[in-house]
Amino acid sequence: MNWLQAIIQGILVGGQYALFAAGLSLMFGVMRIVNLAHGGLAIVGAYLCSVAMVGLGLPAPLAILLALIVMGGVGYALQRFLLDRTMGSGEFVTPLVTFALAIVIANLLFELFTSDVRSLQVGGLGTASLTITGSISVGLIAVIVFVLAVAILGGVQLFLNRTSLGRVVRATADDGATVRLMGVNHRVVFQTVTAFALVTATIAGIAFGIQSSFDPNTGTVLLLFAFETVVIGGLGSLWGTLVGGVVLGVSQTLAAQVDVQYALLAGHLVFLVFLFVRPRGIFPGTWQG
Amino acid sequence: MTDMRSSHSQTATAPSGTWRITRLDTVSRVALAAFGVIVVLLAFLPFVFAAPAQNVMTSIFLLVAMASMWNLLAGYAGLVSFGQQAFVGVGAYCLLVLVRAGLDPYLAVPLAALASFLIAIPLSYGLFRTRGAYFAIATWVVAETFRLLVITVPALGGGEGATLPATGYDPVTRTALTYWTALVVALTSLAGIWLLLRSRLGLDAAAVRDDEHAAFALGVSSDRARRIPYLVSAAGFGAVGAVLFLSNLRVEPASIFSVNYSANAFFMALIGGVGTIEGPILGALVFYGLQFYLSSLGSWYLVILGLLAIVVMLVIPEGIWGWASRRTGAVLFPIGYRLRPGRRPPAAKDGENR
Repeated sequence: MNWLQAIIQGILVGGQYALFAAGLSLMFGVMRIVNLAHGGLAIVGAYLCSVAMVGLGLPAPLAILLALIVMGGVGYALQRFLLDRTMGSGEFVTPLVTFALAIVIANLLFELFTSDVRSLQVGGLGTASLTITGSISVGLIAVIVFVLAVAILGGVQLFLNRTSLGRVVRATADDGATVRLMGVNHRVVFQTVTAFALVTATIAGIAFGIQSSFDPNTGTVLLLFAFETVVIGGLGSLWGTLVGGVVLGVSQTLAAQVDVQYALLAGHLVFLVFLFVRPRGIFPGTWQG
Repeated sequence: MTDMRSSHSQTATAPSGTWRITRLDTVSRVALAAFGVIVVLLAFLPFVFAAPAQNVMTSIFLLVAMASMWNLLAGYAGLVSFGQQAFVGVGAYCLLVLVRAGLDPYLAVPLAALASFLIAIPLSYGLFRTRGAYFAIATWVVAETFRLLVITVPALGGGEGATLPATGYDPVTRTALTYWTALVVALTSLAGIWLLLRSRLGLDAAAVRDDEHAAFALGVSSDRARRIPYLVSAAGFGAVGAVLFLSNLRVEPASIFSVNYSANAFFMALIGGVGTIEGPILGALVFYGLQFYLSSLGSWYLVILGLLAIVVMLVIPEGIWGWASRRTGAVLFPIGYRLRPGRRPPAAKDGENR
């Protein structure tokens, strides 16, 4: 095994974590909501994709598209019918409701799909690899996911900073009451943000399902990764999220070089070190989009 | 939670002589007396009922302790934790180490609680830098870290877990002793919480919970007001973990560090009523009843419970007891004071001043 290869793999995995974290970070930034069902919903997306491919026999791109559309709708409905009701009623109601939702999702998946581990088979793409030098090669899909993550994070950043709709989102995050006076329907903004957050979570969930395997409890692990990514990176910017994901990913792959069972542990320990030493993350500051 | 009542209001503006300030009223005196009788009866239960009934009660006592300790955090200190299973696991594994070292398992339970308390001290310094939902998830990460750490230690049985070493007690005695230990853990938890909340610290915690900045302006240290409940809750969950191990005779990292302990404690406290002492007790009984009748449904049970929790949160966020108490004014274990007319015990109407 090779340390340099581990670092490169860690960076690529970090992109995936950043993709998981982007939705979490965005929802917190705009609505001050911490959605504890974020990981669970990402895995629901992966299961949807799996059912569409295996059950309905759809080709992979179509199945992925279907999962993304459905999960976008789920995000819209989640915001409209559940989170809108919880947002006004105290700081703890939304986390508790979404935590209960996460428990419901995990157990529902368990009843529907058993605890059997599954993964998404996308043919040659899933196993193809790129050789960088003689001894270092990385999975093609990992590179694609990383590029996708950077593109999505950059796109969101550009959208928020350069478009009028993005300005509305930022204004809603800053002062929802005033935005309402300006004639903006803040609820539509919230629904759009949640729908978008779940679409990005689903992309990340499907990417995870292709490269690795998942079961009904994977959502918990992914939620913790996304959360750690956000805290390590700091709530400063979406690029901070990317750095946070890379720090987490690299610490996991480096620890896995020593022994695979240390991978998750190392990630958590790095997070705890940040919590004690630098609780506001690498890029501290208020959320600006 | 929502509907955080301002505990402990102490307004004595009425003419002196005709009014008095009291904690206990008729309802709470009767309730305390009845509670005492029930406790005495429960203490004698192992002489009357066989092991299966004792095991049921042991489970209920542990549920009451967990629900109450979770409620101490969420309802009084304003800390929502999804990581209390960290201390369930610490308690269980401490018991394993102590019993292996030759200590009597029942004497090891308080030491396991103490160990959880001590481990929580350094943790609190990192965790308290986060707020709200971030605190909740950070505690969850800590629990996962503990689980992964235990798995790497072959002496503790690694991922497989371990079995309680032979204790020298025959099964009948062991069941009864475990029952009494669980009873003591539940009673100590309730009494500890009640006394804690009646103290100056309880006032501080409630003030911080309701408005951290205002409390700070009045000279209340928010970290201290939160830390003591957090440490006490850790000790309570540690004791529960130790007794769970005594009851099951087996400990496995995946189940003892399961987030379901926090989830269940949350469901019980919520359904019963967060921010009241009576609520979690009621919640634990309702929870056990649901578990009993829905056990054939497997995981659907947790699906139903989760949905029920969401509905309760949206419809009656104060829980069953909170709702009933607001309607009737009854408080069984008062921690605040009320103003009453001097002579005769009044019909309490004011549910606000608890």
